Amino acid sequence: MKPVAQERSRRSFLGILVGAISVVVGAVMAIPLLRLAAYPMTHGGGEADWFSVGKVDGFGLDEPVRAEVEVRKRDGWRVTTAKQTVWVSRDAGGKLQALSAVCPHLGCIVPWNAEKKMFVCPCHQGLFAKDGARISGPPPRGLDALPTKVEDGKLFVKYQFFRQLVAGREVLG
Amino acid sequence: MSTGEPKQTRLGAWLEQRAGWRKLMHEGLDEPIPGRSRWAYVFGSGLLFIFVSQAITGVFLTLYYVPSADHAHTTVSFIQKEVWAGAFVRSIHSYGSSAMVVVLLLHLGQTFLYGAYKNRRELLWLAGCFLFLLVLGMSFTGYLLPWDQKAYAATAVATNILAEVPWVGSGLKKLLRGGNEMGTLTLSRFFALHILIIPALIAGTVAAHVFLFRRAGAAGPPLPPEKLAILPVEPFFPRQVFKDFTFGVALIAVLAYLALRHSTLLGPMANPSDPTYLPRPEWYYVPVFQWLKYWHGPASVLGIVVAPALVFLALFLVPFIDRSPERRPLRRPIANGIFFAVFAGLIWLGFRSHQGDMEDPSVRSKLAAQEAEEKRFSTAAFEPEQTGTSAASVQGTRALNAMQAKGALLFVSESCSGCHGAEGRGGAGLFALRGLDKRYPGSHLTSLLHHPNPAMLQGGMEPVQLPDAEMENLTDYVRVLQP
Repeated sequence: MKPVAQERSRRSFLGILVGAISVVVGAVMAIPLLRLAAYPMTHGGGEADWFSVGKVDGFGLDEPVRAEVEVRKRDGWRVTTAKQTVWVSRDAGGKLQALSAVCPHLGCIVPWNAEKKMFVCPCHQGLFAKDGARISGPPPRGLDALPTKVEDGKLFVKYQFFRQLVAGREVLG
Repeated sequence: MSTGEPKQTRLGAWLEQRAGWRKLMHEGLDEPIPGRSRWAYVFGSGLLFIFVSQAITGVFLTLYYVPSADHAHTTVSFIQKEVWAGAFVRSIHSYGSSAMVVVLLLHLGQTFLYGAYKNRRELLWLAGCFLFLLVLGMSFTGYLLPWDQKAYAATAVATNILAEVPWVGSGLKKLLRGGNEMGTLTLSRFFALHILIIPALIAGTVAAHVFLFRRAGAAGPPLPPEKLAILPVEPFFPRQVFKDFTFGVALIAVLAYLALRHSTLLGPMANPSDPTYLPRPEWYYVPVFQWLKYWHGPASVLGIVVAPALVFLALFLVPFIDRSPERRPLRRPIANGIFFAVFAGLIWLGFRSHQGDMEDPSVRSKLAAQEAEEKRFSTAAFEPEQTGTSAASVQGTRALNAMQAKGALLFVSESCSGCHGAEGRGGAGLFALRGLDKRYPGSHLTSLLHHPNPAMLQGGMEPVQLPDAEMENLTDYVRVLQP
């Protein structure tokens, strides 16, 4: 029989070895698994295509005009087409602009209130001017302007989503 | 310490008071092994390692997989081609199922050879046999999930076998398939079996297997009881644990190597209307596949159902039939002879199947073409599924107008895709349709479809009989198919 102390030190040595092997193998094998799980964090959606909302001549009245854009986006293993609302209006300088109807507070869809001549968010009473500027209420900023371009007399909009609850404008995806 | 008691840390004492941790560790690790630790005993733990690996990789694969006939293939393709480490994790999972069968056969073979089912170990053996069936069930149900040609065809054949079971066969087949035909309900059922029902049964049965093993004690080497009794005893920990761990790590290393060097393939999506596809099962089912070839007509129920059932029944009943306490392999020539004869027979059947495939030039070339097609699809760029659009799209980018969309539906309903592949893309043994607009402008295409040329007729093309309006839709669609 070996002395007890020697046997015990062998036991703890092999125990530590087994433990160390488990940690190393576990850590190595965890890398591909975590990468697999993390993939969508950097591969979300992608940019929407330019979408025509109509002829430039059609706008230009006093009131913002509601338009629907089709947003074609990559959603994981599929490409989806979803409709989103934009408000076409004039900015402070009189230039055509397209505003996302998503409230920068908590994401409700904001309608135009023709009586008050303001955008009134139905959820928490955020108020926005005709050009989208914030007037009052909980929203931290005005309505978000979307990239636009004019081609062949038509107004094209590239739809985007913005981070909510922050004062600055941050495009998501 | 002179008392021989291990020193107790504060954390150790805390845990001991609350969880009886020391007793638990003692129970778990100090199991005595008669005749010391051996490499021959590593297979059971090896199976547990692979099972855990399968469970973990399987859970991660479900982050992307969708069990529906519409999406399953796309999602597997997405995992394989786009997701970081997706091909690697899927390959580990796929090779893991093979490793499971290999190590299970080693475990079973070793237990049988050593007569380790004797001496009040009947329940332990029964639980093991049941686990064998469950593992086969896992590989069978998992095989369908990618929903590619290979998976679909192999499962269609295998589920047809069920129909041979007397009286209840066709009912069983319908129950398993969720209907008469293979479809999206089959996939849901197989998925539920694969990730919920069978794993739960495996977990429970493994617990019972391990409990019964501990209760009976390690069997030790195959020696007469009087010699076994005087063998030196060694606790499970550390040396046997170390051997088991080394084996487990080696298994995972082999799986990782295979996954890196030879990624699992994914063929084109299942196409039930393709009559030319040659189904072949996964390697461990090939012997059974070959066996079925020898049974025809009314006798086939004997070969297909009765014989395998008897083999498994005999396997389950081994400890009840072979009751002598003798464990030495050479003193049990009949038991070991039968066991290894059956095993050799299975290997021979597998070899015969392979030989048969290689001897027939048309089969050989068809199988090679199918494999080449799988390789091609596996490396082709990922095509996302189009949803929410007004019409189906071709090649993922080209939107169809309403006329062409109607044509696309006709292309499938008139079985054009059966010989020309999905969206006319062709495939193994199929005829791709490309650039027809340039080759057959205007009404040429229509008249060609009404009156196929000799080459087309030889390839099996039949004249297309459709009302003029529909014919127009079909040609509109076929014209937009481009390389």
